[in-house]
Amino acid sequence: MLTGLANPARFMAVSRPLVPVLAAAAVLLLAVGTWLSFTAPPDYQQGNSVRMMFVHVPAAYMGLFAYACMGGASFAGLVWRHALADAAAKAAAPLGAGFTFLALVTGCLWGKPMWGAWWVWDARLTSVLVLFLLYLGYLALHAAVEDETRAARASAVLALAGLINLPVVKFSVDWWNTLHQPASLLRADGPSVAPQILTPLLVMSLAYTCLFGALWLLRTRAEVWRRRARSVRRAPAMRATLAPEAA
Amino acid sequence: MSARRPTPLLALFLRDMQLAWAGGGGPLLAGAFYLGVAALVPLSAGASPERLAAVAPGLAWLVLALASLLSLERLFEPDWEDGALDLLAQGRAPLAAVAAVKAAAHWCATGAPLALLAPAAAVALGAPVRIAGPMLAAALLGGLAFAYLGAIGAALSLGARRGGLLIAVLVLPLLVPPVIFGAAAVEAAAHGGPWLPSLALLAAYALLAVAAAPFAAGAGLRNALG
Repeated sequence: MLTGLANPARFMAVSRPLVPVLAAAAVLLLAVGTWLSFTAPPDYQQGNSVRMMFVHVPAAYMGLFAYACMGGASFAGLVWRHALADAAAKAAAPLGAGFTFLALVTGCLWGKPMWGAWWVWDARLTSVLVLFLLYLGYLALHAAVEDETRAARASAVLALAGLINLPVVKFSVDWWNTLHQPASLLRADGPSVAPQILTPLLVMSLAYTCLFGALWLLRTRAEVWRRRARSVRRAPAMRATLAPEAA
Repeated sequence: MSARRPTPLLALFLRDMQLAWAGGGGPLLAGAFYLGVAALVPLSAGASPERLAAVAPGLAWLVLALASLLSLERLFEPDWEDGALDLLAQGRAPLAAVAAVKAAAHWCATGAPLALLAPAAAVALGAPVRIAGPMLAAALLGGLAFAYLGAIGAALSLGARRGGLLIAVLVLPLLVPPVIFGAAAVEAAAHGGPWLPSLALLAAYALLAVAAAPFAAGAGLRNALG
């Protein structure tokens, strides 16, 4: 199915109706999730600060998810030379950087009342900061190389090299003794969160996923349009170079 | 007995070593930078001995990472500019092997001398003398990781604008684990604790970099040649 979608024309046809559907789902779920977030009972220890979790956890999860998408697209772009995969990887990077930044900022705001510090250098926080720096490096490299195909391939190699950080972020709370709490959702023995808190969290996570999906498709489509516009703009010059006597 | 010609990769290694030390010597420059920044430490952090002793191992280690970064810009660029890289690409050895050999030569020519400076600088700043051994081991292993991970950044940023600054931005996130493990080992040695576990983790990361980074750097070189 994915190989079929590598055809840009088919991708454009399939993704066109998907964008408004995903965007509508994101808006609806965000509205429901926000309402649930504020009606959930306050935590017995954290009080109302627990509501920060409904923004923080999905943002952190999307930061990782977007990097995985970017890495997968980079791999496809490097191995099969699909131009569409390059466009998808490029489109995912700023979104992932944005979500990671949101996770870092909300983490700081949450850490101050709970831990008494905006920032601590524990393994989870440091590895997420490294994730953010990897996004910045990817964006900087993509912007600094003039030729688009070369820029895409160079940044794809960088994205793959940075993939090693993803398991480090996920398991940092298990491998090291951190101030950041250990995993409470994706556990072998099931989530350890009370259902009143778990429901808004899951709704918000789904909302963020739909939002990312809609924006990712939109940005990939925009990138395809931009390339088409560029080749149309260059077509007369190309014709003139290829057949000077006809001009 | 006829003189045996060295294999191409060995010849490349020797050539890079000679070029590194010829004409002013990049390693000497990196060493001078190392000493210069180390001299700024007591001036910026305050010269009181107890405060300096507390930060000395960590700062000596940080300056090492910075000094290794600085010399990376010229790792592939001269060969890329004068066409030597095109010739290397036409040879029988894959570009990944070329990248591995050049990174190894870079480590021997620049990383190892810097590693020798690291314990001296740390002790001069007031760290206990017993950290010299662990510090040297950590600096050698860390320099290996810096050289190979740096080769990725140097290869990928070939032909890009603002190359030097870009390499730093690309490579610094990858340098976080060796800095953490190396600083932990040196810190433990300074307090007389067990420093071997952190050093073993540092060695593992350095070996992973040696094994995997040449492929990424080779892909970057291939891409830069177009």
